[in-house]
Amino acid sequence: MKTSKVESSQGTVSFERADDATLVVRLAGPWHMRRDVPSAALARRELEVKPPIKLVTFDASGLAGWDTGLVSFLVQLEDHCHTCAIKFDHEALPDGLQKLLALAKAVPETEGVRTPPPKAGWLEHLGNATIGYGLSLREFLVFLGELTIAFGRFARGRARYRGIDLLQFIEDCGASAVGIVSLIAFLVGVILAFMGAVQLQKFGAAIYVADLVAIGMTREMGAMMTAIIMAGRTGAAYAAQIGTMKVTEELDALTTMGIAPAEFLFVPRVLALVLMMPLLCLFADFVGILGGAFVGVTILDLSPGTYFRETANAMHLGNVVGGLFKGTVYGALVALAGCLRGFQSGDSSSAVGDATTQAVVTAIVMVVAACGLFAFLFNLLGI
Amino acid sequence: MAEAALQNETRDQPAHIEVRDLTMAYGSFVLMHDLNFTVRRSEIFVIMGGSGSGKSTLLRHLIGLKEPAVGEIFYSGVNFTRADPEERELLVKRFGVLYQSGALFSSMTLAENIVLPLTEFTDLTRGQAGEVASLKLALVGLKGFEDYYPSEISGGMQKRAGLARAMALDPEILFFDEPSAGLDPISSHLLDDLILAIRESLGATVVIVSHELASIFAIADNSVFLDTERRTITASGNPRDLLMNSKDPKVHRFLTRGKEGDGSPMNYG
Repeated sequence: MKTSKVESSQGTVSFERADDATLVVRLAGPWHMRRDVPSAALARRELEVKPPIKLVTFDASGLAGWDTGLVSFLVQLEDHCHTCAIKFDHEALPDGLQKLLALAKAVPETEGVRTPPPKAGWLEHLGNATIGYGLSLREFLVFLGELTIAFGRFARGRARYRGIDLLQFIEDCGASAVGIVSLIAFLVGVILAFMGAVQLQKFGAAIYVADLVAIGMTREMGAMMTAIIMAGRTGAAYAAQIGTMKVTEELDALTTMGIAPAEFLFVPRVLALVLMMPLLCLFADFVGILGGAFVGVTILDLSPGTYFRETANAMHLGNVVGGLFKGTVYGALVALAGCLRGFQSGDSSSAVGDATTQAVVTAIVMVVAACGLFAFLFNLLGI
Repeated sequence: MAEAALQNETRDQPAHIEVRDLTMAYGSFVLMHDLNFTVRRSEIFVIMGGSGSGKSTLLRHLIGLKEPAVGEIFYSGVNFTRADPEERELLVKRFGVLYQSGALFSSMTLAENIVLPLTEFTDLTRGQAGEVASLKLALVGLKGFEDYYPSEISGGMQKRAGLARAMALDPEILFFDEPSAGLDPISSHLLDDLILAIRESLGATVVIVSHELASIFAIADNSVFLDTERRTITASGNPRDLLMNSKDPKVHRFLTRGKEGDGSPMNYG
């Protein structure tokens, strides 16, 4: 009689030859998967030992407790026995174990469920990606078309949206954003001033820091930084709101009510940002200049009077108005990106997460691209 | 007995919805093909089928949220599928839809949810619309909940509020997507009673997507069964008749909760 025994932390499993063709699997002690699961590989090795085994039986008299970990072992063993044409006699197992074994076998594996989908070649990938871009471009055009129609109706005073929603959005992207916009604008002013100061002090021209900050903030940085904050703050919120409405079927409900989502959801959102962005930009310009003045007065020892006189000299209405115009355009882009990505969102929570990320990325890319385009155009027009 | 009488009445009613040779597909994947059925006026019509059989997708086709790959849908003889946008909007305005999750607008109170379609599509003043909204809420047993937000009430109440909104404009056809999903048996029973009451008082045609047997037997006049494997309608008629007379083993199993002709060992003892 040949016996091999495997000790594990709690339960034990041992294999024993009753005769040449019969293997008895002896399960003893408590088998809980928190501790350990019997090794199916070990059992398979045991089955391969010559002379060939024709029958597997169990001795569970010493089994003190079990859970589905043990069932998993038994199912694997039974599968193996089935493929090797070995008889599997589970009569000696406790009733509960036998029932779970039967349950695991009750529904046979669906045919072909394990065959992985055929792997696509790189050409197919390229094709799919191209088609995907084509489709998303189409979606974008549809979105743009619907939005244009919606604003057309708005211009004729026939758009269906709630005034209270518009006010709410104006508060959300206007007044509520003032804190973070002032913090960032102040810091940008400080950074611009430091950047300039290092170079300008070499020429004893520290006073021109005021010019640098004034022009930098009003012409470029005020609008750009505000737009980037709004992309992360409001654009992302728009995408998440609209994406969630897709998940909860609220978009469908609107459509079947005969209200176009573009009018009801997009118009007030876009309008709110377009109205608030110039105000936020103007405010950012002002706070940025204060940031510059802070550096000028405390580090460069300029008197506040001198600093602001120099700032006033450097300020140019064209720059300020140009900056506000850019800010308005950026606001429209951020709102568009948010609404578009929310509208394109899938209907699961992870899809809404993706849509939100996409909204921020799209908005920032569009804002920076627009900034480049403006720099080129303004230069061309000599503004 | 009153039910049976009503059933015979609806059988003679003119067709309200006709679905002809409808094929539903996602891209090249055909979900269901060659669907043909007629819903008569004031009938309670149930679309039955197992999970994933495309019941809800069929509903989305009926209300115009998805376009048929093949086939057409007619409302009172008007071709909905080929209708131009204005015609379509007119038809859609006669629908009321209760979505699976209620789909109440989460940023609005219950009253505002119901007032929205009223102010958009009627000449009611805001005050009048508010009064009508209160009435609709009272009809579904939510009197006094006007100023609650959807997130502040239970799932069953959200469904009822969704029904109140669906009924806002006294629609000719009410669509329900799994009305009993997520409801306890009592709330589900109350909802059934509510549906019956609405049909009787307003004469609305009701189309329900459901796999809730108790509710199907309680309220359906007529039904179709979508077979997941054969991808088409394999049985139609009154569910009670189907239970008695259907020869299709799958329909039978569905209507008896798999208790007959199924060897599944789902009894754990």
